[in-house]
Amino acid sequence: MRYIYSIDELELKANDIRQDIIRMLEAAGSGHSAGSLGQAEIFTALYFNIMKHDPHNPDWSERDILIQSNGHTVPVRYATMAEAGYFPKEELLTLRKLGSRLQGHPERTKLPGLETTSGPLGCGLSQAAGIALAHRMDKLTHRWVYVTLGDGELNEGNIWEAAMLVGKYKLTNLTAIIDRNNIQIDGPTEVVMPLEDLRGKWEAFGWHVLEIDGNDVESVIDACNMAKAIVEKPVIIIAHTIPGKGVDFMEYDFHWHGAPPNHEQAKIALKELRTLRGKIKSEAD
Amino acid sequence: MTTMHLISDIRNKDIAQEPIRAGFGRGLVLAGQQNEHVVAACADLTDSTKMGDFAKAFPERFVEIGIGEQNLVTIGAGLAAGGKIPFVSSYAAFSPGRNWEQIRTTICLNDRPVKIIGSHAGVSVGPDGATHQMLEDLALMRALPNMVVIAPCDSVEAEKATLAMAADRRPNYMRLAREKTPIVTTEKTPFEIGKAYVFHEGTDVTIIATGTMTYQAMVAADMLKKDGITAEVVHVPTIKPLDTNTILKSVEKTGAVITAEEAQVNGGLGGAIAELLSEELPTPLIRIGMRDQFGESGEPSELVEHFGLTATHIAMAAHQFAETLPKK
Repeated sequence: MRYIYSIDELELKANDIRQDIIRMLEAAGSGHSAGSLGQAEIFTALYFNIMKHDPHNPDWSERDILIQSNGHTVPVRYATMAEAGYFPKEELLTLRKLGSRLQGHPERTKLPGLETTSGPLGCGLSQAAGIALAHRMDKLTHRWVYVTLGDGELNEGNIWEAAMLVGKYKLTNLTAIIDRNNIQIDGPTEVVMPLEDLRGKWEAFGWHVLEIDGNDVESVIDACNMAKAIVEKPVIIIAHTIPGKGVDFMEYDFHWHGAPPNHEQAKIALKELRTLRGKIKSEAD
Repeated sequence: MTTMHLISDIRNKDIAQEPIRAGFGRGLVLAGQQNEHVVAACADLTDSTKMGDFAKAFPERFVEIGIGEQNLVTIGAGLAAGGKIPFVSSYAAFSPGRNWEQIRTTICLNDRPVKIIGSHAGVSVGPDGATHQMLEDLALMRALPNMVVIAPCDSVEAEKATLAMAADRRPNYMRLAREKTPIVTTEKTPFEIGKAYVFHEGTDVTIIATGTMTYQAMVAADMLKKDGITAEVVHVPTIKPLDTNTILKSVEKTGAVITAEEAQVNGGLGGAIAELLSEELPTPLIRIGMRDQFGESGEPSELVEHFGLTATHIAMAAHQFAETLPKK
């Protein structure tokens, strides 16, 4: 199943997804706000333009695969999946509640459409590589494998073990996307454990690096398409994003990495998103 | 016992011996021939974990990971997600020693049928010393929901176990040993995941053994016969799920239990049997194995003697029961 949406429509979808993220995190009372909001354009681009998938047949044998290695930001994936029709939007409000399919960190066996169970960081790139290897063995390299990584997650050694292997086997049927938002729980990434020269590190491991504005949906789409056209090396997209994007009091503040909005904060955030920061009038003011 | 089709003379000095891992190597090639989806990955120990023949036979289905055990099992989880039946091997000290959380999250919780092979387990690894003598693998793997834990007693059984693992849809762990181990089973000896087998019948004491210690248990039973003690040897190649019926049936008959393993008794086979008995059938129990301690360098034969992991030590435990327990 493929969608045809204009860039304007996709931007509006990303905005809707952000509002759902705020609603679900408020209802849950815990969860990760900043990274979820910051990746709305990345997930919108993947689910509504780039990936082959079918919300009504999540196990479709021809689907592309999306691994979310940074599983703590799963609210953005749940909200995007609901937007795409995988499950009713009302279910979003069950996030993190007893009996819910929407676990605090994604569990494959609970919700159709998830490809892995993640949360403990550093394991997604190697699983993506394993799937890419299996696809290559089965001559199914037209089925693309995407993996999203957090930037703080790159502290994990498992990531670099996988980076070496993907470089060695030149797994060009895989595209990795880093949510480069410069924050992690204890503070700015460059204070906690410096990642720069991040581009140079990946290039040294045999990857081709694209750097984009990750909050520009058109840039995300262009980069993913370009990644498919590059056949000499595996491609990683460093997507520079704003943590907490779209909610003024959350943007760039690492304290929102692992915190949800309370009722009052959610109200302010939703109004801001609804009115695109006061640029448009909202009926629900 | 005829129905088990074991070799007849286990005390023969010229008994055939082979490392248990060699049977895994043969089984893997067979599994690869039978099912094109069987694939393998190794962390720079391809020959010593006996994956070399598979890698030669099916080079396009073999992935060399290099020295990275976290990557080994997560690549395995990915291969399984891609529809493969991956066998991933290293030394047990490193896998599952180093990568437990990856196994927990990406294989067990994620429910992917990855087959983890931990070779060179136990103190009988020898001169390499405590760092390489994995003793906690059974406890580590047994604690994980969804995981099946297997420790074959010889190379013939390891071959069968490998084929059974390839057909099993659950995550599996199989523990292998480095040194040559006497071969007690034959082609006709039954093997099924989740089943325990009575290798020697008796009424005075039940010896429950796994892995390399099953041969020692059988020798102990033979030694005890001369002393008028008839021991029942229950071989437990699958430590999880445990064949509680076979075990409890034997214990009901004998009323005394000895467990034997080349691993920490805490959390290992000894732990599993203690849990079972205390809940279902409280019975006097002596656990032979490593008791909250590490190994050290030495020759394998010296080490098993030093740490009390021989037929003689099992027989001594049986005598202890004979002296202290009331006559039935």
